[in-house]
Amino acid sequence: MSETPANSRYAAAAGLAPTPGQTVGPFYHYALPFADGEHLVPAGTPGSVRLHGTVTDGHGAPVPDALLEIWQPDADGRVVREPGSLRRDPGVFTGFGRTQTWRDGGYSFTTVEPGATSAGSAPFIAMTVFARGLLNRLFTRVYLPEPAAALESDALLSSLDQADRDTLVAVREGDGSLRFDVRLQGERETVFLRYPRHEV
Amino acid sequence: MSETVIEGREAGEAVPDRDSQAAVSAEIAAAQADDESQGIARIQPRLDFPAYRSAALRHPTKEPRHADPEGIELVAPVFGHRDVDPLEADLTIQRGGEPIGERIRIAGRVLDGDGRPVRGQLVEVWQANAAGRYIHKRDQHPAPVDPNFTGVGRAITGDDGSYSFVTIKPGPYPWRNHRNAWRPAHVHFSLFGTEFTQRLVTQMYFPGDPLFALDPIYQAITSQQARDRLVATYDHDTSEHEWLLGYRWDIVLTGTHATPMEEGEHV
Ligand SMILES: [Fe+2]
Repeated sequence: MSETPANSRYAAAAGLAPTPGQTVGPFYHYALPFADGEHLVPAGTPGSVRLHGTVTDGHGAPVPDALLEIWQPDADGRVVREPGSLRRDPGVFTGFGRTQTWRDGGYSFTTVEPGATSAGSAPFIAMTVFARGLLNRLFTRVYLPEPAAALESDALLSSLDQADRDTLVAVREGDGSLRFDVRLQGERETVFLRYPRHEV
Repeated sequence: MSETVIEGREAGEAVPDRDSQAAVSAEIAAAQADDESQGIARIQPRLDFPAYRSAALRHPTKEPRHADPEGIELVAPVFGHRDVDPLEADLTIQRGGEPIGERIRIAGRVLDGDGRPVRGQLVEVWQANAAGRYIHKRDQHPAPVDPNFTGVGRAITGDDGSYSFVTIKPGPYPWRNHRNAWRPAHVHFSLFGTEFTQRLVTQMYFPGDPLFALDPIYQAITSQQARDRLVATYDHDTSEHEWLLGYRWDIVLTGTHATPMEEGEHV
């Protein structure tokens, strides 16, 4: 079963069968999180923003053992190619962050708002979600709530109905922070993504 | 646990309770038969897999939506020797003393879906000790902690995509999915490719494990061919005289999306 349409530019690529994923399990905490994983920039940096939210399950209960990763361009929309995420130099923005959820399912990153990577495109942060009970990673996007025109013309958002679309757009809170909740299942379930060349 | 009502059973007939291995094995078989009847040869695990109890409320119910990767998704985070000390690839030297257990090397290559090596990229591993115990505050298994073993390793792949870890063969361990549930021995692996779309977290298993058929996490990959790709191969050429046993395990990430014209270009 191929998910790639026959007319896709990717259809011709011959492939090796990929290695399947497996759950991250309950015991990753001493292995994957790293110091300042949630701080893409130090808290208090001028122009920084807090991206935060809650991960919930099909009953709306918090998921206290999820792992989230984000990957994003800098504020000018440049994709930086800097090592050092695992041993952060506060002066170097690498664009990559990783954090675990707390007991109440909450998480928080301190970062900069990504710029558009091409003129007029809607700025977003790529996110992956891992958890015990989740047999494979999930991909999603965290769109900035502005500018409205860019969101209107975005190919992915345009393909979704309003309710689904809302799950991908961060909410601007009163304090200027961005709220993005991840609902693994059920009401207002977050839209997760499948890229071409990703088999079932 | 309350008894499960199974349609068609005579009253009074013994019913396996939902907490038994028999019930879990029946659910594994049912999900696999379901995929087979639909002609689905699954490469990735089913997310909706009732035999793995924790999946019940944590799997999305909607199909993932198609997205053409854009901008940031077409590249991956960069890691290097700034991030990882080469000594982190030896899990047997981290605490000063020798950990207990069977010393092994796990070596292989990280390739993308077109067979190209993934160079200079981060590989992270974590695992239980030889007794099946993790150094994790939530691991309640009454097996000994090994003061000389943390079970965490990192490496940066070579120019040919190669990685190599020296470690101790992990033990199987019990878990609470159902009564008398045991995970086959495994090492957790975390991988990045050249694109963020290739992100992979998985588990590597050892050949011939008698627990394979019973394990709902491994069996959530409903095709045998795909499951086999998670099992390392014993490799005598990797073994070292009077020192360690060698296993080989190559990892293939999903294909990238760069078209030939974009090849080598960076966003
Ligand atoms: Fe494990």
